[in-house]
Amino acid sequence: MKRRLLLLIPLAIFAILAVFLYQGLSLNPSARDSALLAREFPAFQLSTLEDPDATVDESLLTGQVTLVNVWGEWCPTCKQEMPQLLELAERGVRLVGVDYKDTRAKGQAFLEEFGNPFEVNVFDPEGSLGFDLGVYGAPETFLVDAEGIIRYHHTGYITPEDVERTILPEVKKWRSE
Amino acid sequence: MAQRMIWARLAKVALLALSLLVAGAVTAAIEVRQFDDPVLQQRYDSLAASLRCPKCANQAIGDSDSPIAGDMRERVALLLEEGRSDREIQDYMIDRFGEYVLYNPRLTDRTWLLWGLPAALVVLGAVVIALIVRARRNASNRALSAEERQRLEALINRERTR
Amino acid sequence: MLDKIIPEIGHFALILALLMATLQATVPLAGAATRRPLWMAFARPMASGQFLFLLLAYLCLTASFMIDDFSVAYVANNSNSMLPWYYKFSAVWGSHEGSVLLWSLLMGGWGFAVSRFSAQLPRDMLARVLGVMGWVSVGFILFILITSNPFERLLPDVPQDGADLNPLLQDFGLIIHPPMLYMGYVGFSVVFAFAIAALLGGRLDAAWTRWARPWTNIAWAFLTVGIALGSWWAYYELGWGGWWFWDPVENASLLPWLAGTALMHSLAVTEKRGSFKSWTVLLAIITFSLSLLGTFLVRSGVLTSVHAFANDPARGTFILVLLGLTVGLSLLIFALRAPRVSHIVGFSWLSRDALLLANNILLVIMTVTVLLGTVYPLLLDALGMGKISVGPPYFNTLFVPLTVLLCIVMGLGPVARWKRMPGRELFRRLVWAGLGALVLAAVLPLLYTGEWNLWVSLGLATALWLVLSLMRDLTDKLRNASSPGAGLRRLTPAYWGMWLGHLGLAVTIVGVTVVSHYNVERNVRMAPGDSVEVAGYTFTMQELRERRGPNFIADTATIAVSQAGEHAFTMHPEKRLYLARGMPMTDVALRPGLLRDLYVAMGEDLGDGAWALRIQYKPFVRWLWLGGLLMALGGIVAVVDRRYRRVRETAAQARFEEAQA
Repeated sequence: MKRRLLLLIPLAIFAILAVFLYQGLSLNPSARDSALLAREFPAFQLSTLEDPDATVDESLLTGQVTLVNVWGEWCPTCKQEMPQLLELAERGVRLVGVDYKDTRAKGQAFLEEFGNPFEVNVFDPEGSLGFDLGVYGAPETFLVDAEGIIRYHHTGYITPEDVERTILPEVKKWRSE
Repeated sequence: MAQRMIWARLAKVALLALSLLVAGAVTAAIEVRQFDDPVLQQRYDSLAASLRCPKCANQAIGDSDSPIAGDMRERVALLLEEGRSDREIQDYMIDRFGEYVLYNPRLTDRTWLLWGLPAALVVLGAVVIALIVRARRNASNRALSAEERQRLEALINRERTR
Repeated sequence: MLDKIIPEIGHFALILALLMATLQATVPLAGAATRRPLWMAFARPMASGQFLFLLLAYLCLTASFMIDDFSVAYVANNSNSMLPWYYKFSAVWGSHEGSVLLWSLLMGGWGFAVSRFSAQLPRDMLARVLGVMGWVSVGFILFILITSNPFERLLPDVPQDGADLNPLLQDFGLIIHPPMLYMGYVGFSVVFAFAIAALLGGRLDAAWTRWARPWTNIAWAFLTVGIALGSWWAYYELGWGGWWFWDPVENASLLPWLAGTALMHSLAVTEKRGSFKSWTVLLAIITFSLSLLGTFLVRSGVLTSVHAFANDPARGTFILVLLGLTVGLSLLIFALRAPRVSHIVGFSWLSRDALLLANNILLVIMTVTVLLGTVYPLLLDALGMGKISVGPPYFNTLFVPLTVLLCIVMGLGPVARWKRMPGRELFRRLVWAGLGALVLAAVLPLLYTGEWNLWVSLGLATALWLVLSLMRDLTDKLRNASSPGAGLRRLTPAYWGMWLGHLGLAVTIVGVTVVSHYNVERNVRMAPGDSVEVAGYTFTMQELRERRGPNFIADTATIAVSQAGEHAFTMHPEKRLYLARGMPMTDVALRPGLLRDLYVAMGEDLGDGAWALRIQYKPFVRWLWLGGLLMALGGIVAVVDRRYRRVRETAAQARFEEAQA
């Protein structure tokens, strides 16, 4: 009898593995949480897209809940998600843009063409702020609470459903904290 | 109706093209970067081979030509020139991109099984060998059982009579 | 007219093949259980029929590629009217659907081969073996028909032209690599079927291992060649000169290879000594299960890999169910039917039995290590514990010591005798091999570079220990015979197979060691007229020009290479742009040699007529694949031996089995 139980070990190991593999099917291997969650927004000192002489730093993001969107004129998905961002701005969410690896002229033309939901845009031509944020492709969106702590991270395209289902509830949640 | 099908098809083609753009990133990154100090060069090469590009399917930053891999290589080179240690450079990347970027996962409370199991299996294997050999060292090489011998004899007889 | 319905003929043939496979899977097994010869006799014709219709389906898909029938979605996505004919031929398995069809065809082919070459098998054994293989076929053909039909049409809007085959796959290595690999994966289904048949029949003696050994060797040889080809392809096609990345897809092929290697050795023990019976059966099940697991990992999208196929959750679920049924049921049968009392065969510490036991344990540990490293990120993710990566540094750290341990055992194994070997005699016969390996390994790096390197010495010592102990064993065998000629004649192909296989591993280890430590790489900016020196060779860029290929345009550089001031040869690296997909590709210029490769790849256009170039000097890199070919050759040579023996023993053995039944 003892030996019979021993012979069942391979089956048991396989069963455990199969459960994990089954769970793996519903996971997205390329989706990842930002390493910056629950940490302070990284320090920076950059000019704004609108005005080359005006400098802003991380204090820009304290005081109220802010959605920081990293975008660039070269990024096609950023164009698609503009309507959703405009809607968010219209519904009272404070948005700050980070114009990532772009030229000033192109960035400004982009906002003129697709609308500007941002209170202000941080101009990051070298991608240094983007790097500190761990951005590896635009668009990426960070929710920063009133203390300047990063609370939520969204990689890639924000769909209209995402606005209702995740972005707005998260904003509401961190406003009431 | 036909119109809609064409659009659906176009969308499919666009998706395909997009996925190909990603596939295009499989080409090698070739960069003209050379350190004067051979030790630094070696450390750079080994860091570039052991840090994972966060954007790519499964490539080290040294093997990928995606923009973020280029940025990361540049930052590694910069930090090396500043005199940071390998550990500090890894920490720097982990702070920004998470532990995901390490191809050589550190021994933590969630990776002890990963590092520990092979080592434990070597020990267990040695014990198993010892147990089996000890049990069998004195066992005489068992000859055929009585039943088997009978059957064999019957067979041989049958062969003969044939 | 007929050419218009080729895809439908193919689809229909596939359905007929499914029908045949279903009959093959059910009737003979029922016949074996109820001892009805007529039912058992179903197995062979059904196996032939299944193979025939799979072949017809496969030819139909090939024909659709050849005549550019872009109304077939799979053709439209993976071919183009400008594609050369030989790539159209290989594009059939260039993507998911066609490659599963190839997999099924080869599965049918192995079944057909078993039905042809196993006339001496007892009827019920053959019926069970083919029945089990039939079940696996049913699973895969169903998989094709339900989730991955390559004959699906794009009607009525037929595209003007196809999207072209992925340029990475437009290459000679990729024409032969997948079929070889699949032959190996699928080939292990034969030994799997033998093991299950033996369990079902309740006859777990040594006989089944004797029949299964040649099939295992051949499958293993194919897999070895497949893996070597894949590594070679990555080396020259991906453009950065790496040859093994520990990518999940590579690991997926390594898993059954490691388990299969253990299986070959354990089959030998079971056949020769009658011990480890349950263990051998379990290994046979595990080896094929790992082939299936690899398929799941590659095609379901649960892991990120450079080489993964396009993902579809329905496919992932289907393969997982298939995997669960096949592996779960076979392990259940194993748990229920494996013999309760094991047959104790005595052996001592220093015996071939004990050394082969150590070999098996080490190979299993290696298999577990690869599996663990491959799925660990998935396990953590499923537990919600975050994302990590496990890559080359992890595997290298663990594989170096494990390989060294394995090789120590491998050096002793062939010299040791079965049952027991006096320690003093073993020491006497191998002491010089051991000392020689250590001394040579310490001195050679010094002679080669003037510097001492611990890791190079370790690698060389390992390889030399293998080679010298093999040599010693061979000379001992020849010396003991009346004359060397007589000694040579007495050595069996099985012995030569072992000898070549082990030598192959030593050759691969030399290649890995040397190229890993003495590889020279320079990334340089070059314009026409510039030159650079790498490892004693001077590379001068003479010319840059554009050229047009059949389906691409390319920037080509002409690089003159000279050594010690004498012009030796020119190399032509290219940066290609494939038109249909707008995809850039690096076409590497290679100067291969037994002792070194020169490797030039073009990077980016840096402007002003200058390009970034990667120039590499790769010593002994060919030895990697040469070793793989030697191993595969060893596997094949050993089979020749079995066949001789089989012809002589067939009659008596079959009667013995019959009498036992």
